[in-house]
Amino acid sequence: MSLSHKDLLKRIDELPLLQNMKDALHDDLAEVEVTDEEFEAIARQVVEDFDRAQVVPCEAVGVVAAQSIGEPGTQMTMRTFHYAGVAEINVTLGLPRLIEIVDARKIPSTPTMTVRLDGEYARDRDLAREVAWSIESINILHLGSIATDLAEMNVLIELNEEVMAQRKISVEEVAERLSDVTKLAVGRPDDYTLTLTPKEPSYRDLLQLVEKIKNISLKGVEGIKRVVIRKEGDEYVLYTVGSVLKEVIEFEGVDPARTKTNNITEIAEVLGIEAARNSIINEANDTLREQGLTVDVRHIMLVADMMTCDGEIKQIGRHGISGEKVSVLARAAFEVTVSHILDAAIRGDVDYLKGVTENVIVGQPIKLGTGHVQLVAKR
Amino acid sequence: MKKFALQDHELVPTHIILISEEKEKVLEEYGVGAAQLPKIHISDPVIKDMEEVVVGDIIKIVRESPTAKQSIFYRLVID
Repeated sequence: MSLSHKDLLKRIDELPLLQNMKDALHDDLAEVEVTDEEFEAIARQVVEDFDRAQVVPCEAVGVVAAQSIGEPGTQMTMRTFHYAGVAEINVTLGLPRLIEIVDARKIPSTPTMTVRLDGEYARDRDLAREVAWSIESINILHLGSIATDLAEMNVLIELNEEVMAQRKISVEEVAERLSDVTKLAVGRPDDYTLTLTPKEPSYRDLLQLVEKIKNISLKGVEGIKRVVIRKEGDEYVLYTVGSVLKEVIEFEGVDPARTKTNNITEIAEVLGIEAARNSIINEANDTLREQGLTVDVRHIMLVADMMTCDGEIKQIGRHGISGEKVSVLARAAFEVTVSHILDAAIRGDVDYLKGVTENVIVGQPIKLGTGHVQLVAKR
Repeated sequence: MKKFALQDHELVPTHIILISEEKEKVLEEYGVGAAQLPKIHISDPVIKDMEEVVVGDIIKIVRESPTAKQSIFYRLVID
């Protein structure tokens, strides 16, 4: 008698296998009829094969991962300032980017966001451009020109009517924002001209004021220096220079669920540690793939897991993930041998010889592979 | 302002809080104490989004894995 579909599903689900193996097994077995005994035999074979395919206990997976990522790393270009797909947007790639990821830098050297849009906004170029303009931080140079009038000792701003309408910002808003930041009264001789006079009539103050005004963000998200629209498949996607995920996902037209940044620390702050882990995997994988290198994702997953297992992003530095080693001998073997041993002697440190390096030094079997297995007599 | 659930983001896997019987089962299955599990801060944005999570709870995370399609991970909520 063959197994019913429901029984089959239940039996497969109970097997100690990965989800995709269960799915494959189910797909294959659903087409043919199997009896109870046949299923048992198949299941035994599959589980046995799976057991053999897994990493054996005491395998030094960390070392394997380090070598597997390190070797392709030697083939990467040292300096690549690429225009990754998107025209005009500069993104750090190659080895510098990989180093940046494992170093868990607070801010990457080229922060950028991939902003995906919601429904209509993603399909309509004009709507997409509207979103882009509302996000992009604009200063006075986007809206017109700025000049100094030495006869009057003031700063003269001429605004462009057309651009103002396009960017949906009024002269009043600009004037208000300028006076808020500079704490100066803003004069308005005619509709599209503004003047600011520094408190002291000095040439230096005048020039400083011009610089200050140029840096004022009038509209949009401060920190988003540029936004580029690009068509991907049948949707428009925005790429930004600068990254402020928290604010951008709240904009009308932005799809918050698919919007990402390359700043992993920012992801951890806004979306949590699990999202940061996924982001480390994606970023590292993309960086390697862009260079034409393939590293098994399991190695990268291990690295990402180790970096995030404390609930915050830890860097993988010169001393490994944990930072400082506990063992005196292991530390002494690495750098400044004498001072490590001297300090340890003064403090009266004890080395329990738990790690690999210290056991190599004293000439004991290391606790890896077969060296980690011990026999226990059965009474 | 529109509000979106963090767990809807494509980078954020499903987080589920475990009840105490499930907690025991997980710890027994792995043969570890709660402190040996990977951690997640109570201030983590996803945890803040969830209701009634306290320090000491165990969060079950159902990840989408590129190698196993789905994998299950546990994190202990810490301060």
